[in-house]
Amino acid sequence: MRDVAVIGIGCTKFGEHWERSFRDLFVEAGALALEDAQLSGERIDAMYVGNMSAGRFIEQEHIGALIADYAGMATRHIPATRVEAACASGGLAFRQAVIAVASGMEDIVVAAGVEKMTDVEPGASTDALTGAADREWEGFVGATFPGLYAMIAKDYMHKYPMTREQLAQVAVKNHFNGARNPIAQFPQEITLDTVLRSTMVADPLRLFDCSPITDGAAAVILAPLDRAREFTDTPIKVLATAQASDSIALHDRRDISTLDATIAAGDRAFKMAKLTHKEINMVEVHDCFSIAEICAIEDLGFCKKGTAGKFTADGETALGGKIPVNTSGGLKACGHPVGATGIKQVYEVVTQLRGDAGRRQIENAEIGMTHNVGGTGATVAVHILGRV
Amino acid sequence: MTVARFWRKIPQRYNLIGTKCTNCGRHFFPPRSFCPDCRRDGKIVDHKFSGFGTVVTYTTIQTAPDQFSSAGPYVLGIIKLDEGPQMTSQLIVDPKEVEIGMRVKSTFRKIATDGESGIIHYGTKFVPVE
Repeated sequence: MRDVAVIGIGCTKFGEHWERSFRDLFVEAGALALEDAQLSGERIDAMYVGNMSAGRFIEQEHIGALIADYAGMATRHIPATRVEAACASGGLAFRQAVIAVASGMEDIVVAAGVEKMTDVEPGASTDALTGAADREWEGFVGATFPGLYAMIAKDYMHKYPMTREQLAQVAVKNHFNGARNPIAQFPQEITLDTVLRSTMVADPLRLFDCSPITDGAAAVILAPLDRAREFTDTPIKVLATAQASDSIALHDRRDISTLDATIAAGDRAFKMAKLTHKEINMVEVHDCFSIAEICAIEDLGFCKKGTAGKFTADGETALGGKIPVNTSGGLKACGHPVGATGIKQVYEVVTQLRGDAGRRQIENAEIGMTHNVGGTGATVAVHILGRV
Repeated sequence: MTVARFWRKIPQRYNLIGTKCTNCGRHFFPPRSFCPDCRRDGKIVDHKFSGFGTVVTYTTIQTAPDQFSSAGPYVLGIIKLDEGPQMTSQLIVDPKEVEIGMRVKSTFRKIATDGESGIIHYGTKFVPVE
């Protein structure tokens, strides 16, 4: 296998882009990534795009070809592939692109992610997202995504001594970071009170425990590491790519508040990179709900099971903490265009490792990690990236 | 949901008919036609569950999807059936009284309505055991 590097990154602002279409969004992200790599589109050999549900959100399938076409590559006939794993679609698209370059099959490959969620009513978008769980035996009996994660939170808080305030601190910390990120959907700081007084969605989760509905796209460009300096002075090496699966339904898990797929993917990634969690300087985790970040940092090994609430309240996951988590603002404050999220996580890690993160920059960031979850943990993708 | 999609699982949804592997004795609800433990050595037969179980975790859904909204907020839980498997179901119980570990029993109830002219979905919910 060849070593692989990220040579260019691009991301739209995340938010409710009523004035822009699905096509407008991914064309912008792709153009930004090409410009960043100072690369002509003619040199691209293949594209992988993460997208969860264009069929439900904009009634459009066949996204691979659509993207290649509107990126101006129809007459070049490059392979363009859509990758779907619910909210982990972006992470898997990145992994497929890494594998394509590592294998020697392709040289310059685009990994992108896009979701346009506001072209349907909120009820319809929520229903589309429910398809990430088991429609037959969860969705059909009344489960919603906030409801499923609320049951994880309830189980967790029954087993471990985390307070409601500690859980809320996840959202407060992520909004603090988001307020320092120019692409964030909600660049506003909030307080514990904002979370604790927000509308109850599914007990114990309130509105400010939940990530929003978002439009957005992100793209990164990969090349063999030994050619990366043709395009950039700051190539970022892919140190590990890992993926794991678990039961589609939450009720079939070994433990309701542990994501075994996170443990499996994390272990595989650390092994592949020959690193331990102590050597990771920052991590972008999948905080679709506040409780999801709590489970993620434990299941990846950054703190012991049952202690992430205190760990968060003590500031260990904040900028300047022991392990800064979600410097982008995470899904909560930066936004969660589901298919784009996994690519945006890579975008944030590369931005930090290059030292381009401005007011949210971590000092001496050498190695970063991404953690992207599909559904309630049925798919997990973990990547480790490092400076060279 | 089309009528066929609902109709084909009526025994399972109405009467808690799952499956069981006679090779290892493991029970499945929701039903499975392939035993993850015995794989091709497994032999799967239908099994009617007793309907008794225990609440593993729960929540109260305040913002309900349209097809479930007529009844207002509702309690959703994961139930561990006495035969072993766990399933997701609504609980007919005061949200203030439900707790982890509560003993419950299955009951036949209306689940959802597919708009004004669509079919009405019936199925299994759980009530506390007195």
